[in-house]
Amino acid sequence: MTVVPEVGQFALTLALLMAGTQCALPLAGAARGLRSWMNMASSAAQAQFIFVLIAFGCLAYSFVTNDFSVLNVATNSNSLLPLNYRLAATWGSHEGSLLLWSLLLALWTVAVTLFSRQLPLELRARVLGVMGFISFGFLLFLLWTSNPFTRLMPAAAEGRDLNPLLQDPAMVIHPPMLYMGYVGFSVAFAFALAALLGGKLDATWARWSRPWTTIAWSFLTCGIALGSFWAYYELGWGGWWFWDPVENASFIPWLVGTALIHSLAVTEKRGSLKSWTVLLAITAFSLSLLGTFLVRSGVLTSVHAFASDPRRGLFILVFLVVVIGGSLAIYAWRARSVGLGGKFELVSRESFLLSNNVLLVVAAASVLLGTLYPIFADALGLGKLSVGPPYFNAVFVPLMAPVAFMIGVGPVARWKRASLPELAVRLRWAFLVSAATAAVLPFVIGGWQIKVSLGLLLAAWIITTVLTNVWTRARGEGGFVKRLAAQSRSYYGMELAHLGVAVFIIGVTLVTGYEERKDVRMNVGDTTTVGGHVFRFDGVSQVTGPNYVAARGEVSVSKGGAELRTMYPEKRNYVSSGQTMTEADIATGLTRDLYVSLGEPVSGGAWSVSIFYKPFVDWIWAGAALMALGGVLAVSDKRYRVAVRERRRAAKVEAEEARAATAPALVRATTEES
Amino acid sequence: MTKFLLPLILFLALAVFLFIGLSRDPSEIPSPLLDKPAPAFNLPQLADPQRSFKSEEMRGKVWLLNVWASWCEACRDEHPVLLELARSRVVPIYGLNYKDERRDALNWLEEFGDPYTMILVDADGRVGIDYGVYGVPETFVIDRNGVIRYKQIGPVTEEALKNRIIPLVKELQK
Amino acid sequence: MRRALSLLALLLCLWPAALSWAKEAQPLADDPVLEKRMMALAENLRCLVCRNETIASSHAPLAADLREQIREQMRAGKSDQEILAFMTARYSDYVLFRPPVKLTTYLLWFGPFVLLGGGVVAQYLYLKRRRERLTKEQPLSEAERQRVEALLGDG
Repeated sequence: MTVVPEVGQFALTLALLMAGTQCALPLAGAARGLRSWMNMASSAAQAQFIFVLIAFGCLAYSFVTNDFSVLNVATNSNSLLPLNYRLAATWGSHEGSLLLWSLLLALWTVAVTLFSRQLPLELRARVLGVMGFISFGFLLFLLWTSNPFTRLMPAAAEGRDLNPLLQDPAMVIHPPMLYMGYVGFSVAFAFALAALLGGKLDATWARWSRPWTTIAWSFLTCGIALGSFWAYYELGWGGWWFWDPVENASFIPWLVGTALIHSLAVTEKRGSLKSWTVLLAITAFSLSLLGTFLVRSGVLTSVHAFASDPRRGLFILVFLVVVIGGSLAIYAWRARSVGLGGKFELVSRESFLLSNNVLLVVAAASVLLGTLYPIFADALGLGKLSVGPPYFNAVFVPLMAPVAFMIGVGPVARWKRASLPELAVRLRWAFLVSAATAAVLPFVIGGWQIKVSLGLLLAAWIITTVLTNVWTRARGEGGFVKRLAAQSRSYYGMELAHLGVAVFIIGVTLVTGYEERKDVRMNVGDTTTVGGHVFRFDGVSQVTGPNYVAARGEVSVSKGGAELRTMYPEKRNYVSSGQTMTEADIATGLTRDLYVSLGEPVSGGAWSVSIFYKPFVDWIWAGAALMALGGVLAVSDKRYRVAVRERRRAAKVEAEEARAATAPALVRATTEES
Repeated sequence: MTKFLLPLILFLALAVFLFIGLSRDPSEIPSPLLDKPAPAFNLPQLADPQRSFKSEEMRGKVWLLNVWASWCEACRDEHPVLLELARSRVVPIYGLNYKDERRDALNWLEEFGDPYTMILVDADGRVGIDYGVYGVPETFVIDRNGVIRYKQIGPVTEEALKNRIIPLVKELQK
Repeated sequence: MRRALSLLALLLCLWPAALSWAKEAQPLADDPVLEKRMMALAENLRCLVCRNETIASSHAPLAADLREQIREQMRAGKSDQEILAFMTARYSDYVLFRPPVKLTTYLLWFGPFVLLGGGVVAQYLYLKRRRERLTKEQPLSEAERQRVEALLGDG
């Protein structure tokens, strides 16, 4: 037995103190104009990060070394578990995932201290102070209700194992990605609050917030896509989105975050919609917190809601009320003083972006309404009811179709004043080509379906309008290639993300329209044909994994008489937990997935086998990846880098001046920072 | 100016609902059969599978129908409470042995005791479905007219027995 | 698992013979058409034991029983509506993943579209008023406007 867990707990306590300092001193300093207090923010944030990192490292160490005297390790790991999953088990439990949350929050905070040195001191102090408050809340929650280092006396001889569902590569990186997104919205949130508190809400504020928001959004996009991909291959029936409350909890902030990215564009470029953008920045992170509450409190039942302790729920709710209620109160108090910004007409790019915002926010509100309606109904005594996929599909899809339409129009429209007839002329070819695609392509792919045709119409519309837009920009003086190269990365980032939406729509449309499924009983040598592929069952053998034994089926696939490959779907039995898992085998392809899932042995020596043919299903995640990539590309834009460099130079001058003007003790603080 | 207050008001309303939601158990689903006639059944008895028993025979009596099985862990938790209730002779307890093997059920009673006036066998779970059973154990209080007056989802606790079931039974027996 | 192993042993013994039996695999269900209809219906029913799964996809015994129940009722010629009524009579509206449209769910079903309508109207009014206010505050002549626009570029 080592003292590592105690070290971890002690580090966590120190981190809590640091977070408290990071919150209280800079905020008070900013209110009173005390430079020395404001200057504490960065060092406190960095210290806090180091302490949380130590705590996280201690927990990871306990998992890696199988220290079953730690309750968390004993309940969520096992000595048979392979090393990578033992490491992943660090964030596989309620306590561990909250520690990861805190770690990533501290990481974002440190990133802010590093990349925002050029910010005015007061603004930076407020931003870090707000983030410190959130850190403080989460660390307190960890230490008080969900201590990951609680000892188990006497120590267990063996751990209870990590849920087999989570023993998967995608599940190793899904939570960090998702949390990077969730937590990343805290930066935009902190910027918004700092700007409201300081009363300086201008285009510069939007320019600072924008890259942070976009990067967080890219992470969230990846995280959600990974979760969906995991569900697709791990749950064994090939679904990729279930409108499960936990999925919704991550999707709602994504929708609002998407709206935020677009309204930030308006605020940065045109100085308009400021109070709305600020509200979105507050809302996006508030919804991340709300999502955490829904998942962690057990207020909604779900496969994922493993933490059900009333104390925990109450704590997060109180924290929620303080953070969200407090920030919305500040908003109500300060937002009226925010100016209107530049003028624009009813038909203009600003208006299109605002319409996109209205649709995205209504969609987010609808998903939230559906997710919470069971709680409302129960609280009002209207009985228990369930709101599931049929509801969400019926409501969400009609709300999103106009968004897809506007992706085509918005970027082509001019700022301030656009003309509808001119837009119609510019987009006529795009429209004709997409209409023709929607009319013809379904027949080519697999038969006419109105839904497929509509989906393809939207996808083709996005692609053709993106091409039109690029074409218009490239034409003219200076040569095609040169003009293309002159376009900014943020422009290409936008177009790439929009193409991602099109790719996503194609995937969803074609897989829902043309997927095939067969559930058959197969003896050795039996064949069946699904989606033009012949599947032959070659029997079942036994294989032994590190912590499971499995029946492994062998299915050879051929098309047109040519052998393509052999697939090995497994039925695993995990030794320590006794749980049985279906491990489907998937043959991935650009235009289709073949998905084979082994069922149970049935009478006469045969096995039940489920075979799916899923056309274009990978386009769903490819689309999400393109969206995320678009975000990254946009953030790498020259103007942010140039701006950082310039402002850094300016900050240096400011620091020099400060050094000359202040007491020796203060000089030390400033030097540490720069 | 109220328009800037709107988000705060909406959020606070939401927080109130979430607070109420915290005190509710999302896994408890009230039965739509409450205050409706108990579904009729005609089932073999566990003690003697040759003999069957019709629910109509309980007309005019207040009784408890307890759904249980030998494979059900939580049934063990409530068993002492049922035994105590049986000893008090306040109300007859009829068992519905749900999706169980006869041998296992008999062994289980041998080991833990038998509080039941009679046990009926629902081998394929049909009657369970008629009663909307979704988790074993579940217990129904049925009145003289054959109407379901109360449903306990999950184990019968001492508390539920004292505060709800016994007072209700006494009331119904008047 | 043990059963799988013994099956495996059996299969290995029968290997050469097995190949010669090669034939078209039989569907798992006796009646694939009915099975498809059953699954379509069960897709929209919530498994009560496992919570967020559908009765179609759940492995819980109760879900299997209910699937069998649906099959039987379908064979007996019951309509989908009658089967759903059978389910809700026993398990309440909780089993329906698509909540019925009634007084208590009006907000759920119509809320999003009312919100959308409200959003569109609010946006229109806001933009109109905003333009009026800005025109009042910063009136520009047409010539001035053009000059400013030329200076600002399209950007």
